[in-house]
Amino acid sequence: MTELFLIVSIAGRWVALPATEVKSAVDISGIVAVPRAPAAVRGLAALRSRVVTVIDTAVSLGGPPTEPVTRAVIAEVQGHHYALLIDALDDVFALERQPLSPGLGMEGQWTACATGIVEREGEPLLVLDLSCLVPSGLAQAA
Amino acid sequence: MDDLLQEFIAETRETLEALSGEIVLWEASPADRARLDAIFRFVHTVKGSCSFLDLPRLGRLAHAAEDVLAAVRDGRRVPDTGLVSAVLAIVDRIGELTEAIAGGLPLDGMADDLLIAALAEDARPATAAGTSDTAAAQARVAASSVRLGVDLLDRMMIGMSEMVLARNELARRLREHELDPRVEGALERLSLTVGEMRDTVTRTRMQRISALFAALPRMVRDTATSLGKIVTLDIEGADVELDREMIELLRDPLVHIIRNAVDHGIESPVERRAAGKVESGHLLVVARQTGNQIVLEIGDDGRGIDVDRLVEKARLAGLHSERRLGSMSDGERLDLIFEPGLSSRDAVTSISGRGVGMDVVRANIERIGGRVALRNRPGRGLTIELQVPLTLSIIPTILVAVGEQRFALPRQSIEEIVALRGHAVRVDALGDAMVATVRGRRLPMVELDTLLGIPDAQITAIAIVATRDGHYALGIGEVLDTEELVVKPVAPAVMASGLYAGQTLPDNGRPLLLLDGAGVAAAAGLRFMPAAQAAATHADAQIAGITALLFDDLDGMRRAVPLAAVDRVETVSCGAVRRTGGRLHLSLEETVIPVVAVGELPMTGRVAVVRLTDGCSEYGYLVEEAQEIVALPAEIAPASGRPGIAGVAMIGGEQVELIDVHALFAGELAPPAARPLCLLQCDGSGWMETFLRPVLEAAGYRCATRLGEGEVAGVTLTLADEAAPAATGAPILQLSRQPGARGIYRYDRAALIAAVAATMEARA
Repeated sequence: MTELFLIVSIAGRWVALPATEVKSAVDISGIVAVPRAPAAVRGLAALRSRVVTVIDTAVSLGGPPTEPVTRAVIAEVQGHHYALLIDALDDVFALERQPLSPGLGMEGQWTACATGIVEREGEPLLVLDLSCLVPSGLAQAA
Repeated sequence: MDDLLQEFIAETRETLEALSGEIVLWEASPADRARLDAIFRFVHTVKGSCSFLDLPRLGRLAHAAEDVLAAVRDGRRVPDTGLVSAVLAIVDRIGELTEAIAGGLPLDGMADDLLIAALAEDARPATAAGTSDTAAAQARVAASSVRLGVDLLDRMMIGMSEMVLARNELARRLREHELDPRVEGALERLSLTVGEMRDTVTRTRMQRISALFAALPRMVRDTATSLGKIVTLDIEGADVELDREMIELLRDPLVHIIRNAVDHGIESPVERRAAGKVESGHLLVVARQTGNQIVLEIGDDGRGIDVDRLVEKARLAGLHSERRLGSMSDGERLDLIFEPGLSSRDAVTSISGRGVGMDVVRANIERIGGRVALRNRPGRGLTIELQVPLTLSIIPTILVAVGEQRFALPRQSIEEIVALRGHAVRVDALGDAMVATVRGRRLPMVELDTLLGIPDAQITAIAIVATRDGHYALGIGEVLDTEELVVKPVAPAVMASGLYAGQTLPDNGRPLLLLDGAGVAAAAGLRFMPAAQAAATHADAQIAGITALLFDDLDGMRRAVPLAAVDRVETVSCGAVRRTGGRLHLSLEETVIPVVAVGELPMTGRVAVVRLTDGCSEYGYLVEEAQEIVALPAEIAPASGRPGIAGVAMIGGEQVELIDVHALFAGELAPPAARPLCLLQCDGSGWMETFLRPVLEAAGYRCATRLGEGEVAGVTLTLADEAAPAATGAPILQLSRQPGARGIYRYDRAALIAAVAATMEARA
């Protein structure tokens, strides 16, 4: 059974996002910083009369901040709208989701966010769970 | 009651409409259990409402139908055609009667009995035809209201907010280019319409606060009865409207406060009698609208809060340090009632005191952007004032800038904004903390740029922010604007920073964060330490940790004045001090300020003046010599009967009187002329000295039993049968030992004081 996946580049790597979780892909600009928020929260941005919280996915995954900030995918997680920064966008493909290969030694947040593997033209790509990239209030308070 | 009736009519109409289909289906298959249940529920509801609304006719019909249907449900009767028609006739009749009530029309009651009789097991098919004729004659009153689900209204409100934001964005985008006047006109019309729509939609969510008050009389009565108390309840302003969501959120706090008032506030009839009150307690609930705020006041005439007990309990519970408790102002002591786990009453009853306290009430009110204030009248009652915004989603805010960043502050929590340029404010560093002094009021200060790590910001103004724990000064860049904003919740990760209460998109299209005043204070680590608070209640001499200026007064006494009130000390020529307009004034270069001199003024030379200010007005206090600045001890003995003296402190092993600057600025401090000498003619019994002297001193006179060198008495007081007093040149006031005798009866305090005053005045 195949699903639709959006192939994007996050933190310099091509990954697959379940297309059903992504509302749209947008150009992002005019980010307003949120002082004292977790590092992964890049700030707030206006998107068609709605305020979205901009998440730096690279930081979520334990890497350096995304530069430059150009594009993002919009997702809704627990009633809040987020713009998740991406480096580049490829396209939507119908692919078959496979379980994670055993013995993959991934670091940090990659482990938590990866839910499977898809294969695009022979190249294996990680499937990421979008909600995992969004820092939760609890994690920060702890 | 009218509201309830309207609701009943609307509900009945609605159910009847929905039921009409069921009825037809039930007629076709009387054994259908689901249809039967639907009809049973309907008549059951009607019956319930009728007994509540006092509609006996409808109630009787519904009751009869319910009985029969219950029998059918239990299988005691078979739903034959006769029974079905009889029940349907009753359902129809209920509809007719409802319409009649709605239209205020009379409806003949004769048919009711026939209809009920037709329900009987042995009844022949009812002659329902007769009744439906009359029904047809009744004009159906057009429904003037529809019932809508709350979530539909909510969706409408959300849609409205979106529309406002979309309008804002459109306006912004259009303004980026040269605008065609026609487009501009259209945009303006759109703006106007959207604005009006928003008001209208906001109103659809409004409900009269009577919905909240309706349950109160019963609750008060039941609570009072169970406690053996008598309480009368008065409600004012039940027609005030506010957001229905707000009404729901107010319900629990209100119930809690009222239960508290009945349980803890209002005394038992016996206690009330003993306290000289009428036996029945009185509870007054008032709602009123001021601007876009709703004020809800709940006042009782009970015992009020025993603040000392409260402090004692806080001490026992270890909620605050001894030192902190000792240095609290009256307001702070009263506010202890909001501490979790503190109740002013020892006994826990079933009514209140179940672990839900005023802390929860305050938390709930503050969550919806409101504030709670207390007015305590010990022994005479307590009034709790709840202030809440009209709606939840639209909040009046003040927009401020810090460096490049902009924030909104809820206007509700801002007491005032003061520019730093003015003379009214100074900012000092105390250790690693900042303190702002605004007109003599010392406040802990938080610089927003430092707290938020915003570079290149210049603090030019401070906003005085009121929080639950106290006030503080928030250093901000500049004030941009005030705006009513549609505020939405922030993402959990942002919320977790504790600094923000919401986010919004103003007209300029740049997202804006709403700062949470209490959160900022917490993040900045403000703990509202006693020292800072002592200064906040400036010139309150009873508080530890404040400094004072020690000086030698003109009458040779050593006195002190709180340093916070001192502007500066300077020497002036004695000639600049003049008695004008009934009191002493000092002319300075540009102004004339009132001055106080407690002793004899030197006629020539120069005199030192301590210039005191409360930020607005200024007073001078003439002194012999300013000595030094000292820290006041925690213990200050209160002074009684000495106007102008707040207390006596031990400084350097010496008793020093502390000037009551409050009284001074209130104009209460008696000028020296009003503190003249009373010469007491003693008779050896000591009555004059022990009984009379304190009375006279409390009234502001000095007393002596013998005149010192050069002293002149204003009046000589003597008891009637004493030997004639030695001639002192002062008028003699005779006091009689018995009432009615010549002179003033010595225990008639009022007459005595008045006579002394009159004599003094005549002499002056």
